[in-house]
Amino acid sequence: MIYSPSPIAVALFLMFVGITLGLSFYLGKRAKSSEGYFAAHGQIPWFVNGVAFAGDYLSAASFLGICGMIAFHGYDGFLYSIGFLAGWVVALFVVAEPMKRLGKFTFADALNARFDSRGIKLAAGISTLAVSIFYLIPQMVGAGVLVQPLLGLPHWAGVVIVGAVVITIVVTAGMVSTTWVQFLKGSLLVIFSAVLTVMILQRGFEVQTNPAEQQTVTTTADGTLVNGMPLGDGPGQNSLAPVGHISKLPGGITKTGPVGPLEFFSTLQDSEIVLWVSKTTASADGSQTTTYHPRPTPGSQVLRPGQHPKFRGIRGDAFGDKLNFLSLMLALFCGTASLPHILIRYYTVKDEAAARKSTIVGIGCIGFFYVLTLYMGLGAMTSGAMDVTDSNMAAPLLARSMSELLFAIISAIAFTTVLGTVSGLILASAGAVAHDLIGSFSATPLTGQEQVRIAKIASVVVGMIAIVLGILFQELNVGYLVGWAFSIAASANLPALVMLLFWKGTTKQGIVAAIIVGMTSSLAWILLSADTYAKVYGLPAEDALTPFSQPGIITIPLGFVTLILVSLLTRRT
Amino acid sequence: MKARNRRIGLILFLLYLALYGGFVLLNAFSPKTMETTPLAGINFAILYGFALIVAAFVLALIYGRLCGRGKDQP
Repeated sequence: MIYSPSPIAVALFLMFVGITLGLSFYLGKRAKSSEGYFAAHGQIPWFVNGVAFAGDYLSAASFLGICGMIAFHGYDGFLYSIGFLAGWVVALFVVAEPMKRLGKFTFADALNARFDSRGIKLAAGISTLAVSIFYLIPQMVGAGVLVQPLLGLPHWAGVVIVGAVVITIVVTAGMVSTTWVQFLKGSLLVIFSAVLTVMILQRGFEVQTNPAEQQTVTTTADGTLVNGMPLGDGPGQNSLAPVGHISKLPGGITKTGPVGPLEFFSTLQDSEIVLWVSKTTASADGSQTTTYHPRPTPGSQVLRPGQHPKFRGIRGDAFGDKLNFLSLMLALFCGTASLPHILIRYYTVKDEAAARKSTIVGIGCIGFFYVLTLYMGLGAMTSGAMDVTDSNMAAPLLARSMSELLFAIISAIAFTTVLGTVSGLILASAGAVAHDLIGSFSATPLTGQEQVRIAKIASVVVGMIAIVLGILFQELNVGYLVGWAFSIAASANLPALVMLLFWKGTTKQGIVAAIIVGMTSSLAWILLSADTYAKVYGLPAEDALTPFSQPGIITIPLGFVTLILVSLLTRRT
Repeated sequence: MKARNRRIGLILFLLYLALYGGFVLLNAFSPKTMETTPLAGINFAILYGFALIVAAFVLALIYGRLCGRGKDQP
């Protein structure tokens, strides 16, 4: 599809960035000390912190990725919503209060509370950096994806803009401004998603009678052809038609009028929806042709799990495919409470009760948002406004089918979403470098001032790395990369955290070993899996060395076993 | 106080784990169950999914209530 930059969208985008930066400079004056820089003096009100949790957590993958996946394949994207939310139960019931009680600035503080070991600081610092960088890549790729249609800029420009803005936010004011940016973003995202959902329900469904036709995109050395004509919207040129409609409604009616929130699903269940299937073939002259053809699908199939290629295995008989699914759902469940940028948010409130209350507020906001993802995804599926080539644009394009202003708002919010999550991640990495890594090497403890200075330098460096990786990995699917980050976080951090809290026999060697084994085994598994073979290296998926792609179901227990064995071996008698 | 919160947290955690585990296992080993429409023409996959989200929030509120009450008693 051809996107022309919308002036309202550009204006709103500039306004959002302006407000964000203004807030950072204003709040920056208050965050000179290390307590202020890393933990906002522990003075953030619990309600604000709770909404900021939603701001941190609802990343581009949640908003763009899940909506897009539901819009293209139906129910399966919602499985991610459920897994992402379920992880918060672990955070609230197991991790929240001890995290606040034991730590000061970083996740390593909490692990190290009983031991004062350099090894733990080092291992936890490295795992924080590794997880943050894996999580940063999809956010940066998402930024590039958004900027292309919105501002008419190339992918790399989007990545560089996000990188520059975020580095400025983090360097000027640390956790104080990051928290308020997250609060703003979290509230806007939830409120406008609700507005969008109400509009979807008001609009109802309508049968589109003119038949959708097959579309082809050919990429040659000279340029892109659409349906055999050059890409463009002038005479003699072609652009891809927007797609997504209902071909049959129950009872043979052609229009439903406004529907209720439950009627929405029961109507779709008995309708027939046109989905789009793509097939890519390469020809001898080096050109590639992708054909998109319409496939009318019964609503009952759209609303059941197992339609997406990645989840199709659960409907088959192969046990490995089922294990792969269980493994993904386990990693999502265990991953949330191990994400470094979520964990540092427990230090911005004053006590354990505030940590608990803010998590409850977070669960409320995040849960409500994930309910809305199903409406927004299915709304986009039937909106007639989708771009067959880019699932990440489903939610913004759905908004465009309502009104140009809403499109501008939703796009600007999506962009702020990226800004918010990226700043949280960069701050978590900077804290890990300044507080954990450098702290474990230097003979004398660093002063607060020195820590803040090192953290600022580290933010710039990590920000640069994120920019470079965001440009290099632009072809990769956003949701796929987030899965990596969750698996690594869950395997490296969760065993150490849980065992420290629940088993008195845990030793420092046990913790170090569990972090290292969990991190390296999950990383190695991912790098040797069929998914990575096919999508990253371009090798045949059958050659992969691991039996299925998601590591969690093996590497999370492996972390626990390692910790127990090493602790027993190194126990002091 | 600390131990009490931890015990309540653990019980509620196990409760939710059972709910979530049930959902994941049904999806993996009995996807046909997920297609049935037991209530108001809405399929089991959507009903169970929404129930999991609502349950997380309800259990969170219960936890907040129980822990908050413990604080008032010295």
